[in-house]
Amino acid sequence: MSRALQSIGRSAIGWLLPALLLVGWEIASRAGVISANVLPAPSAVGAAFWKLLLSGELLENIRISTLRALSGFVVGGAIGFGLGLANGLSALSRGLTDTTIQMIRNIPHLALIPLVILWFGIDEEAKLFLVALGVFFPIYINTLLGIQGVDPQLVEMGRIYGMSRSQLFTRVILPGALPSIFVGLRYALGIMWLTLIVAETISASSGLGYMAMQAREFLLIDVVVLSILIYALLGKLADALARSLERLSLQWHPAFQNV
Amino acid sequence: MTAATVTARQSFVETTARATVTARKIAFSFRNVTKRFGDKTVLQGIDLDVHDGQFVAVIGKSGCGKSTLLRLLAGLDRPTSGELVHAGETGDQKRTRIMFQEPRLLPWARVGANVDVGLTGIARGAEVRQKSLDILAEVGLADRSEEWPSVLSGGQRQRVALARALVGHPRILALDEPLGALDALTRIEMQQLLERIWLDKKFTAVLVTHDVAEAVALADRVVVIDSGRIALDLAIPMERPRRHASPELAFFERQILDQLYQQKTP
Repeated sequence: MSRALQSIGRSAIGWLLPALLLVGWEIASRAGVISANVLPAPSAVGAAFWKLLLSGELLENIRISTLRALSGFVVGGAIGFGLGLANGLSALSRGLTDTTIQMIRNIPHLALIPLVILWFGIDEEAKLFLVALGVFFPIYINTLLGIQGVDPQLVEMGRIYGMSRSQLFTRVILPGALPSIFVGLRYALGIMWLTLIVAETISASSGLGYMAMQAREFLLIDVVVLSILIYALLGKLADALARSLERLSLQWHPAFQNV
Repeated sequence: MTAATVTARQSFVETTARATVTARKIAFSFRNVTKRFGDKTVLQGIDLDVHDGQFVAVIGKSGCGKSTLLRLLAGLDRPTSGELVHAGETGDQKRTRIMFQEPRLLPWARVGANVDVGLTGIARGAEVRQKSLDILAEVGLADRSEEWPSVLSGGQRQRVALARALVGHPRILALDEPLGALDALTRIEMQQLLERIWLDKKFTAVLVTHDVAEAVALADRVVVIDSGRIALDLAIPMERPRRHASPELAFFERQILDQLYQQKTP
């Protein structure tokens, strides 16, 4: 009983600071310290949230943005993971592609927005392309690093015990690379939201970023703030999902035991 | 003189050592084996016949080539010249297992699953589980098969590694300083466990060590390697179980140390 309370207490403590900020912000707004033109009170943002929720506009925009983010993530993540595996396992593949990939990596992917608009217009493809490109690199680099970092003594052990190449991969190399792959995954999730928000803010006809831009044009500052808060929550949600997945598959890791 | 077989004083041969009782079948032979890495000669003209079921300790200063000898035996490296003959049935080389100073357990597999690795290509399905549990019981870890390796002590991890090496019933077990990283008390426990299991399973054991006391406590025969050659090949015809630090063992220890440090035996 007390242990359950303790665990709830531990996870609640992280929310203490955001809650305090919210209360302070509300008080400051009501006291007139913060002008409503600069930053509306949390209660005003809450009212905007309720209104948009009832009209169905909010959920529809969240749905569209999430779909875009995830499809871009799946495409870019799959390519990054595949290339990371190939380059980690084969020196030939690495020699052939790594230099090119490192060169492309040094271009900030958001700098490609003008080019992407010229190529794809402002349709779905443009956002998918940008998100996929942004997600690709952290997944690729961390998968590659993870595989290169697998203890060669364990690989030698697997060979001595007669493991086939596929057994060696599934039982030694992939599990050994997994902690690093998860680092890439969490990093990629952050980049996924960032890229999508920028892309939607610049050019879109639906989605959360579009909602925020529309609200700006009509000076609906409460909706703008609401959009920003929703980004924060969605980002946190994605990170929490990745963490629980990590905890599930890395049970063996001393860092994830007894927590 | 590259090799010298020193017979023990008569007083120690009161009882017949185990090595002479077992059938004198050859387990493996090194025939004029030389190993070079680049222009550095690590082993030179090694000739060594080891009988089936014999416990051989290989001893020498660090960098003398003793670990290379073991890697050749386990098939991890190939000799530059000469040959290594495995006697007996074909596939004997596959039945050679090697145990290292580090346990080399998969941290992401539970203890039982780590032992299962030793049955790769040998057994399948429910048989694997049963064999793993049986061998874990023999090394005294029957109740730990569902634990992660990270919660075990160093000695326990090395016992899991021993179970993994033995579960496939190897003909030859090569041990590369497997107890080197353990504390003195755990080491003695492990030596006793190793001896008990060796007496029970009757495999050929080749133990590389830098601990002279460990070598004479465990082995039927001690081979001293110096600068890539066999400098001494000494039979230890002592009854088992042997008592640690007994004067008889000290006599053999003295001979080996004298050889290692090039002093004359009085």
